[in-house]
Amino acid sequence: MLHEPAVELGKDHSIPQKTKLGVIMFLVYLIIYAGFVFIGTIFPKALGAKVIGAQNLAFIYGMGLILLAAVMGLIYNFFCTRFENKLNKGA
Amino acid sequence: MIYEISPTAITIFLIFVLTVLGLSFYFARKTKSASGYYAAGGQIHWAVNGIAFAGDYLSAASFLGICGMIAFYGYDGFLYSIGYLAGWVVALFLVAEPMKRLGKYTFADALDSKFDSRGIKLTAAISTLVVSIFYLIPQMVGAGAIVTTLLGFPHYVGVLIVGSVVILIVATAGMTSTTYVQFIKGGLLIVFSSIVVFLVLNKGLNVSPSDEYHKFITLDATFIDGKLTSVSDAEYKILGQFNDKDLVFVKLEKNGVFSWWKISLKDGNPILEEALSVVTMKDGTKLYNGEPKALKKFYQVGHINKILVDGKEVDRTGPVGPFEYIKDIEASEITRFTKKAFVYDGEKVTLYYQNITSGEDIMKPGLYYKLDKGSNFWSRLDFISLMLALFMGTSALPHILIRYYTVPSQRAARKSTIVAIVVIGFFYILTLYMGTGAMINGCLDVENSNMSAPLLAKTFGITLFSIISAIAFATILGTVSGLIVAASGAVAHDLMDKYMKMKLTEKGKVTAGRFAAVGVGIIAIILGIIFEKQNVNFLVGLAFAIAASANLPAILMLLFWKKTTSQGISWGIIIGMVASLVIILFSPTLYEIYGLAPDQAWIPLQNPGIISIPLGFITLVIVSLMTKKKTV
Repeated sequence: MLHEPAVELGKDHSIPQKTKLGVIMFLVYLIIYAGFVFIGTIFPKALGAKVIGAQNLAFIYGMGLILLAAVMGLIYNFFCTRFENKLNKGA
Repeated sequence: MIYEISPTAITIFLIFVLTVLGLSFYFARKTKSASGYYAAGGQIHWAVNGIAFAGDYLSAASFLGICGMIAFYGYDGFLYSIGYLAGWVVALFLVAEPMKRLGKYTFADALDSKFDSRGIKLTAAISTLVVSIFYLIPQMVGAGAIVTTLLGFPHYVGVLIVGSVVILIVATAGMTSTTYVQFIKGGLLIVFSSIVVFLVLNKGLNVSPSDEYHKFITLDATFIDGKLTSVSDAEYKILGQFNDKDLVFVKLEKNGVFSWWKISLKDGNPILEEALSVVTMKDGTKLYNGEPKALKKFYQVGHINKILVDGKEVDRTGPVGPFEYIKDIEASEITRFTKKAFVYDGEKVTLYYQNITSGEDIMKPGLYYKLDKGSNFWSRLDFISLMLALFMGTSALPHILIRYYTVPSQRAARKSTIVAIVVIGFFYILTLYMGTGAMINGCLDVENSNMSAPLLAKTFGITLFSIISAIAFATILGTVSGLIVAASGAVAHDLMDKYMKMKLTEKGKVTAGRFAAVGVGIIAIILGIIFEKQNVNFLVGLAFAIAASANLPAILMLLFWKKTTSQGISWGIIIGMVASLVIILFSPTLYEIYGLAPDQAWIPLQNPGIISIPLGFITLVIVSLMTKKKTV
């Protein structure tokens, strides 16, 4: 017996588009996140360098990663909803 | 540390706990089916589920652990905030919707959706159990810390209370109850944490945290041939000296009470600085700053040594904005308290000595994870390992994954994840302010970093402290409930029903789940007592590493690699899980718990992710390629 979902889900024709977008956005974030880890490992002193408004790179980069996750999430949802509305019409 | 017990605190605390229990019993009456117990019938609104995600995720680790770690090690604690949140990116972009499409009640269901393999059912269930239990340990440790501080009971009593209450909740209610508890708690946590941060900024920086704060004294000292011969205050008698590499500590006595001091240099001359001490005497008696604990001579600490604003030294800043606050911290000097343990003349001595640290060092990584000064290959690898485990771990946590089955659609799964990211992200920004606020406001209990955030709230009044502590306690109740539902699902649904084919009825599945919940709860209670002294955040990092090593390769490869086989998934889970567990068992932290010297650990890594996560992926790929024909 295979396991069916907890609730019946309608057919979603937008899965390929959403998957592709998700992978691209994941890779973008991964690169930026890896950049932070790379700087911390190889050039730790650089994280103490002042960059914007007397704030250091560690603070700006760290806060930036948190805010970026939220912003990218909202962008992702916007496009996914558009894909769903467009491709699932009448489905 | 001995904490004052307040009737207000106890009243507020009890109201919270009773409300949580009342809510659980109310929803318990509605839970009749397995779908209701494990997945809340799949009918939770995405916004409610999103906040409940935040409630699940902002566990003891986030609220108690991160704030505590920042309070003790500065930016290194904030690394966890960054990594924990980044993990949600993996969940949103790669895992959320497919998991919703594939699963029914548990993580194993989703993995097994293509294959109907007994091997997957077994390994996924075991992995769920192991990760859940590792995640439960820090929750229990956090619960013990709160109850000790709030009610004055010993640590183990706190663990027993939480364990019992949660077993009662889960054994009666299930996922609907935990969802609403998490929703309420998640919302309250954000609101009250914001209030604390507002108060921290409003107070600003001040070299004197409060009127009651201990006034640290220094003594001038004379040394001949490296030995202390006299001190400036003749009332002090010299009892002994302990040298350790660059550090020198001396034991003095005044009015029959001994104290420990650290030697520093001031303008080229030696001085003695007060240290806090916990000494276990030869007869087993434990003395705090030379006296019995009940005399309350062991004070709270954490202060700014020097405040510089635009290059000028000041005593206080007054109210500051969030950016100005960070800038001022960076420009200042902060006195941290560093632990040093040794045996002297048959007595076990633990000192917490003053360690003046520049704000620049506090506001960048390096005080816990050595990256610059004092770093080596392993310390840098540990940093990478931690960041990798945090990034990959979130979307592999069973209690997070099961929350995708509580919403009605893929769109709802996606939207609830975004709500979670926004709410959790906002909270994590607050952790930096709460942690540094605790660091400089004289509220740290040097023996227990986990209580830093609630103790910071206490500096703004007992009511706020009580509410924050009650929320923290409810946080733990909720997270533990979610974890126990996930673990009981693994036992009752995956193992008993699917793997052993016990053909349970709907009612039978719920009953089995409840029995499993009791069993898992008891294990968690025992481990929560054993791991009492560990920072909860660190422990959660281990749970993330196990989840990322065992579960994530299986999830991602199933979704994105068509050649994945059931054997590949099973072996990937086993090797990822076993590798991470073995590395943890032989790590420096566990050596400390065994009572051995941490630097003698076989594997000098604190976090196993850098080895075990790739190993999980490689195993899955190799086994899948080797078994490909059998499953086509």
